[in-house]
Parts: sequence; C-alpha cells; structure tokens
Amino acid sequence: MTVLDVLPDAATAAVLDESSKREVRRAILTAIAIPGYQVPFGSREMPVARGWGSGGLQLTLAIVGQSDIVKVYDQGEDGGVNAANLRRLIRQSEGVNTTTDPREATVIQTRHRVPEDTLQSGQTLVLQVPVPEPLRGVERDMHELRRMHAEGDYSKMWVSLYEDLVRNGVITKTTGYPCLVGGRYVVATTPIPRWDVPPLHQAEFLSLFGAGREKRIYAIPPHTDVEPLTFDDVPFQVEEVSTPCRCGLVVPDGDRQSYQVELPQQDGSSIWACSDTDWCSRQRVGAGLLDPATLTETEVEL
Amino acid sequence: MTVLITDQAQAAMDGAAGAALTVNGLTKHYGPILGCQDVSFNVAPGEALGIIGESGSGKSTVMRCVAGDQDASSGSAQMSSVDGGRTDVLTMAPSDRRALRVSELAVVYQDPSEGLDLAVSAGGNIADRLTAAGWRNFGQIRERAAELLDRTDVPLDRMDDPVRTYSGGMRQRVQLAKALANRPPLLLLDEPTTGLDASVAAGVLDLIRDLLEETGVAAVVVSHDFKVIEMLTRRCLVMHRGEVVEEGLTDQLLEDPQHPYSQRLVGAARG
Repeated sequence: MTVLDVLPDAATAAVLDESSKREVRRAILTAIAIPGYQVPFGSREMPVARGWGSGGLQLTLAIVGQSDIVKVYDQGEDGGVNAANLRRLIRQSEGVNTTTDPREATVIQTRHRVPEDTLQSGQTLVLQVPVPEPLRGVERDMHELRRMHAEGDYSKMWVSLYEDLVRNGVITKTTGYPCLVGGRYVVATTPIPRWDVPPLHQAEFLSLFGAGREKRIYAIPPHTDVEPLTFDDVPFQVEEVSTPCRCGLVVPDGDRQSYQVELPQQDGSSIWACSDTDWCSRQRVGAGLLDPATLTETEVEL
Repeated sequence: MTVLITDQAQAAMDGAAGAALTVNGLTKHYGPILGCQDVSFNVAPGEALGIIGESGSGKSTVMRCVAGDQDASSGSAQMSSVDGGRTDVLTMAPSDRRALRVSELAVVYQDPSEGLDLAVSAGGNIADRLTAAGWRNFGQIRERAAELLDRTDVPLDRMDDPVRTYSGGMRQRVQLAKALANRPPLLLLDEPTTGLDASVAAGVLDLIRDLLEETGVAAVVVSHDFKVIEMLTRRCLVMHRGEVVEEGLTDQLLEDPQHPYSQRLVGAARG
C-alpha cells in the first residue's frame, strides 16, 4: 500500500499530486535545516513554462493547506498577468483563499520583490528564482562550484567584487546581491533589488526560494543572519531614489519608506512610483487620494 | 676547494628537526608508470633547496605531490608550520590541503595560467589570495597589491589590466607577487623561468633571489637548468628516472659531480 491508496482521488488530480508535494516538502525541510544550501529536487512540469515561476509555484502548491491565504505578486504588482494567472491557478487547484494584502496572507509568492510591509512570524515568503547559483558568473564548472560551496571558498566572488570596485568605483551588482546566510553559504537573493535585502536579515518570517528550471530549493529560516558580501571599508548601500511617488510619499532625508520604479508615460516622460502597488494604494487611501471602493473592486475582479 | 656551509644548510643536512618542510619516502605511480620513488629531503626555514633533473625525471611530480596538486602513492611530508610538524600533510583531507595552499605554502608554476586567472587583473589575482586568507578591507588589499607589484617591477599603471594582456615575464612577476601576498612560510617554484627569453629570465631570476633573501621564505626550486639552481640555491638534489641519485651543496655538486648521471648533466650544462 502506498500513500496514493489512502488519498482521495481529488488529491492526485491536482496540478501537483500529493507524492510530488511530499518530495518538495522534504526538500524544503532539508533547505531549512541547512540555511542557504541549494537542495536539488525533481522539478515537475507545471502549467507555466520553466522560468515563469514554476519553482515558486511548486513550493506554494506543496505548502498551502485549506486554511492558508495566498498572495501572488510580480515585481511588486498584484495585477500583473503572470501573477494573476498563478493566483487563479493556485486558488482553483488547492481551494485556498487569495488576497492582495500581505498583512493577511499566510503564504506570499513573489517575483523579484519583498513586500514593503514588515512580515510577521508565521508568514512564508516564496520567491521565484531564475538563477539560484550565486557563483555562476565567476565559475562555470559544476563540480568546482560544489567544491567551493562545500569548503566555503568564496574568494572568486570577492575577486569579482574587487574588480567591480576597481573598474567602476562602486559595486554595480544591483539585483540578486550575493549574501552570506547564517555565516556559511553564499546565496543569490534572486533578482530582488538591494532595497529588499535588509528585511531578510534576522527576519521573523520564513523565506523559501524555488528555481523550477534549475531544480533547486533553498531557504532562509526566521532569525537567520543575512549579510550582503561587501568589504569592511565599502558599506553596503541600497538604491537611492529621491523623487516622491504619486501616493505622496516624499523622502524625508533619504529615509525612504518604499522602493520606487520608473514608469514611462505616453508622452515620453516618466514618473516614479512605489513598486509595491498594494502598499501604494493603501497609502493613497490613507492620504485621501484614492477611493477605498476602487480597491475592493480590484480585489473582486482578481 | 673550501665550501662555505651556512648554518641553515648545515641544520637541514643534520636532520628534520625544525625543518620548514620534511619529505620522507615520497613515491608516486601513475598506474604502471613511475613518477618518483622514495624521495626524501628537508628544507630549513629560510633555505632554498634545488631539485634538478631532465624532463621526465620526476622533479615536478615531487613538487606537485607536496603542493597537493597530485596525491602521492606513499610517503609522508611534514611542515613545521602545520601542527608543529607532527601532521603528515599528504594524508590531510583535500579541503584542508587546499586551505594550506593559502596559509602555509604558495606555488609558482612554469605556466602562469596555472597560478593566475588570466581574465582577472593583476590586482584581482592578488586579491584572490588575500581574500582567501581572510582579508576583507578593500583599501588594505589594494595597498598590499600595489606594494607587491611595485616590488616585483610590474608597472602600477597596468595593475588593473587583465593579466592576459601581459607579457610572459610580467605574468611570472605577478605570479610571484601573488604567491608572496600573505607571506606564506614555504614557496614552491616549478621551472619559474623556463619559456622566458634569456634577458627576461635573468631579470625574473634576480627578482626571485632578492625576494627569497628579503622575505626569508623557505623555498623548493625545481628546474632542469643548472644556472637557475646555481643562482637560487645552496643545496640541491639530482633526480634521474624518478629517484634521487645525488644530493649535496650546489657548488660542490657542480664542481665535482659523483654520480655518472650528474656528471653528464653538469657536462652538458658546462658545454
């Protein structure tokens, strides 16, 4: 008798069957036990192409239960086509509730952003990862990569940071900044901006990273050190944008509260706006700039 | 003729006590082919020992086994800087041996591409060794790299160019600078000037001799060229078909070789 015999038919008819979910969960447990270590897993075919969030999708499908509330967003945007489709797929396949508000979500699947709201204990952040190997740019040989991770030999990464500083005067790596997790493994922080790196350090929440195409899962458990690699005399800096968003958030002395992106306009000009649309909407509602009714409508439509 | 025997050389000849490197019965087989057989020697702190022999005599095999590039079939090697000379470095775990390559010994290869990343700048190559040794201050790394490159006569305005764009002699100078970056107690030089033209080779040799004196690093110099051995070492081994056939002070060996093979070798060198 196998696990399949005791499961109802519905369980095996889902996008990801129960035994596949168990395999993913086993990989997640290993990943949590060894923070930052890339655990190989048998990445399944998903209804989305590899490289379009299939890794994040498998993680979310494997960990959600009936009581979970799921948020999926893409580059900070809940309304993105890919995010909306993934959200609908997860809701229909697993019968869970979905939301756009990260404060009430228990599982937040994201592409390339961390919510502006401070996540709490009990929440899980699932990140879609295109390239899980932080050393890919400095070493191509897979065996050598494994050796470097095993021995904590990251001097080639340091050399690339050194060369970057020498050539450009600053470290130009903007997204996916390499970080040392738990003082042991260097990870690629997916293509999240530098802005999102500090919230991962000693976080209350669990971060899971899934790379479907590369078949790797890694994790940053709560209360784990996440140190961006940088030289002692070259401090790590986050992005600086000093233009206020249309939600009215002005930057008081560089103490910015939101990561902003440039939005090109029809007339060729551009404006800067909060990348996290849900957060921005709430700010605008709070400031009386937006009718709360439109928010609800958007939610229903989703 | 009278031969000046230095204290160092005397100490090394007397025995292994306090030697920077002690090698005993080192043997390496490549399948049925013999690499080297029962090679034993020791190197005193600050001493430079030469290993000479023709191509295929096993001298590079000895060096590669000591450096950890290859696994020895049998034998032992101790370094005074590693656990006070009590641990056989040949039996250490591969990861520990690689760590030794940073903290306790450095290798300068005949082919610079073995010791350097040619796509990276000279400063970056030195930073590689320094960051591996735990340096995390950009300013200090930069300063130390410039100091080393200046000392090894690499023009500082070329410091940030990829090593690929350097001439052969300059690449060897960068290899030397990198090897000595974190002041390891032992330096292994494998044919450091072979392949360079005569005038460039002479310049690099002068530099190596000066650096050995200045830094007081213990060194093993492997070469097929008596001129190199004569210039850099006071004591040397002659290897032939994988075995040490003669051992002695370099001057004496050159003046009065005992083994027939050494006589042939010296005869050939003297023309």
